[in-house]
Amino acid sequence: MNKYPLWKYLLILAVIIPGFLYALPNLYGEDPALQISATRTAVIDEGTEQQIKSALTDKKISFYGLVRQESGIQLRFKNTDDQLKAKEVVEKELGDKYTVALNLVPATPAWMEIFGAEPMYLGLDLRGGVHFLMEVDIDGAISNTEKRLVSDLRSGMRENKIRYLSVVSLKNGGIQVLFPDQERLTQGLNTIKDDFTSLSAKEVERDGKPSLILRLTEKAKREIRDSSVKQNMTALRNRINELGVAEPIVQQQGDNRIVVQLPGIQDTARAKEIIGRTATLEIMMVDEKNSGNIQAALEGRVPVGSRLYRDRHNAPILLKKGIIYSGNNIIDASAGIDSRNGGAVVNITLDARGASINQRITGENIGKRMAVVYVEQKSSIKKDEQGNVVVDKSGRPVKVKSRIEEVITAPVIRDQLGKRFQIEGLDSSKEARDLSLLLRAGALAAPIEIVEERTIGPSLGKENIRTGFLSVAYGLGAILIFMLFYYRIFGLVADIALVLNLILMVAVLSLFQATLTLPGVAGILLTIGMAVDANVLIFERIREELRNGVTPQAAIHAGYDKALSTIVDANITTLIAAIVLFNFGTGPIKGFAVTLSIGIVTSMFTAIMVSRGIINMIYGGRQVKKLAI
Amino acid sequence: MATKEKYNIDFLGMRKLAMGFSLLFVIISIASLAIRGLSFGIDFTGGTLVEVSYQNTVEIEEVRNTLSEAGFNDAIVQYFGTAKDVMIRVPLKGTEKGAQISEKIMRSLHNKLDESVTDTDPVSKEQTCSIKGQRQVCQVQMRRVEFVGPQVGDELANQGGLAMLYALFGILAYVAFRFEWRFAVGSVIALVHDVTITIGIFSLFQMEFTLTVLAAILAVIGYSLNDTIVVFDRIRENFRKLRKENPQEIMNRSINQTLPRTILTSLTTLLVLVSLYFFGGDIIHNFSVALILGIVVGTYSSIYIASPAVLMLGISRENLLQVKQEGGDQKTTL
Repeated sequence: MNKYPLWKYLLILAVIIPGFLYALPNLYGEDPALQISATRTAVIDEGTEQQIKSALTDKKISFYGLVRQESGIQLRFKNTDDQLKAKEVVEKELGDKYTVALNLVPATPAWMEIFGAEPMYLGLDLRGGVHFLMEVDIDGAISNTEKRLVSDLRSGMRENKIRYLSVVSLKNGGIQVLFPDQERLTQGLNTIKDDFTSLSAKEVERDGKPSLILRLTEKAKREIRDSSVKQNMTALRNRINELGVAEPIVQQQGDNRIVVQLPGIQDTARAKEIIGRTATLEIMMVDEKNSGNIQAALEGRVPVGSRLYRDRHNAPILLKKGIIYSGNNIIDASAGIDSRNGGAVVNITLDARGASINQRITGENIGKRMAVVYVEQKSSIKKDEQGNVVVDKSGRPVKVKSRIEEVITAPVIRDQLGKRFQIEGLDSSKEARDLSLLLRAGALAAPIEIVEERTIGPSLGKENIRTGFLSVAYGLGAILIFMLFYYRIFGLVADIALVLNLILMVAVLSLFQATLTLPGVAGILLTIGMAVDANVLIFERIREELRNGVTPQAAIHAGYDKALSTIVDANITTLIAAIVLFNFGTGPIKGFAVTLSIGIVTSMFTAIMVSRGIINMIYGGRQVKKLAI
Repeated sequence: MATKEKYNIDFLGMRKLAMGFSLLFVIISIASLAIRGLSFGIDFTGGTLVEVSYQNTVEIEEVRNTLSEAGFNDAIVQYFGTAKDVMIRVPLKGTEKGAQISEKIMRSLHNKLDESVTDTDPVSKEQTCSIKGQRQVCQVQMRRVEFVGPQVGDELANQGGLAMLYALFGILAYVAFRFEWRFAVGSVIALVHDVTITIGIFSLFQMEFTLTVLAAILAVIGYSLNDTIVVFDRIRENFRKLRKENPQEIMNRSINQTLPRTILTSLTTLLVLVSLYFFGGDIIHNFSVALILGIVVGTYSSIYIASPAVLMLGISRENLLQVKQEGGDQKTTL
């Protein structure tokens, strides 16, 4: 009696051994590291790698584990002193086209990574960092679109020579077009049906004049919503790249919200500033007359009415002062392939105002060059000539605001252009993609607002890990001792099951890379407390059976058997509560629900199957007079 | 039946007393909720919370004055754990963009410190701003910032309430399916009792009710139910086994049989929660308080409230025999 078949033991091993393997990476801790990424136009290649290597070797800073990934270069250090020194060296070496960020990376041995074993993913409350929830103002985006459509409608009807009285946007949404008579209205309606597919029209009479009330269709509104969220996310990602955060998260949440998480960021003010920054584009004409004499301009004799700019390769270029139109007039930009020669191009769509200016200017300037200038307000930490941080009286770094202006491209105008045109002469399709992204992200599509912020300072993060670890250690310790004294051999078995349960929970959390938060740690602790319950139920049942005069072997059997349905019922109801928590909770609550649910499942396995297995090994298949319970 | 019990306490006999006792507590809780309300955290009300840590002890009054000078007249300032840690709460304001408030607060605190250590005393200046790897390790350090906008606060409150209802409903359905509707109603009465009293105590002592406290209360629902189900399971088993005894005797016997387990499990769970309370840090203080309260109340209710409620709803042996097929797992042991 009370013998387990071999397959059950094998099954237990088959769960426990991977459990150990996947829980193990958590013991290795983290290495201080540097994460080097390129901002905007710079590239990271073999050369950059060599540059970093030789700079660090020169300064005798030892490093290891250098890897070049798509996102940038990562290298590790023995201690944080080396890491900090190396940051200064690399920053000075590479200049401001690259961002160098301090980072901690898991020190998991390579052979474990082959199995995909990684340490648990710590939430922001444990590692420190910033969490933003941003809301995209969809109504704002829609009213912006309507405003643009008003001017598009005016020019559209003018182009088609349809006389109208007025086009105005209405207060509570919609556009009203007033016509002098029914005939014009019909013409107008046809134009709208052909060229303005995003609008639905309704005929209404206003003050005795025929008029149309135009509204954006549901489909168009949905498109605006989707695209403004997407565009905002793209813009945010670009900007966050510049912060050099190692593992940023930019995710859509719900219909119109974006979650941004920046682990390990310390300077939250800067993070907010960069996220809230707007970059714009300015379209200007190249000063062709004086371009021949660029050398004079470089020496300081810039012709009146012109300004010296630099392009992406740092080559000088003279532009005429005066902005022709700006990035605000660009509705859309996408990368494409030229159908004639297969070269990479960027397709640009302008709004009505931009289109009419474009038409006029390009018509007058065929054969000349037009420049697209990227303009951005940037604030950075001031450094002296040695590359050291300049601090003010109270020891905080001084910040300087600067305006970055860079000529992205200066193509020759071949034809008169209008609403839609192409920028040609790009080197690769990657360049086309980057450029279209820049053009699109130039201005955020819709106003965006931070509706929730949670920042955890780095010291608090460390402390939370410590307190979390301590409370689990003491709580677990107390239970282990208690069970051992109260149930003796059986208590020891329950203790083994409990420790295994903890290991399995850590393994599952690591395997799925579920985020571990402080409430998550509380969830682990609570399940430890409750996991004993299953064993208490079983052992109390065994004691009861023994009191009723049943033989030890039969008591073990009956104890496990009778307690099973109770355990299952009790755990399923708790699981229901945990699942509800998971579905409704955000952030902290979710973390708690995740560990609670995982704990319920793993505890049933260890408390029932594993403990039974051990008990069977100890007592099974022989004559037992007395149980140590 | 030769069943020997370790305990033989007439729990059901005390049901009138227990019910009266519980009713009193529930009434006090509801009254407090109605009169004093809950001290909702910014998770629900919206607003800004900044936790800062000073190198030396600091007077609350000073911090408050500094903040009022900066225009935060309505800031709530209090110590958080020690006399060096201060928690500042600012309610939502119409005009100010919420995300900038925390910046403003930190700046005004920094500036205040800079003023207090002017050039006259360069030594103390050195002490307040030590250079440790980074240059800005100054006397006051930002530990935590939480800002919740009005849109989010309302949503969280609604979601929280809904979560509670869905949990109760899910449990009601599961228990009704596994046992019988009287048991389901009995367990839900016990749960509502636990939740009301736990929230009532939070209201009575004006402890801060945050999102994590809500999570704790939902966990209490799970735990308290766990306890109740174990007793119910035994009642069902005994109804089938013990043919001669009346429902009250059976319930009493079942509660007594499961009593050691009820107490032990509560004890082990309380052990870890006490550990969480003392070592888990200030952030989850109220979380552990809610769980400790909930588990004490939940243990009491699974003994004194859930079963008497089922009895008062008129449970009889026949009610359970109808659902015999579902308790099929019992027959092997009989």
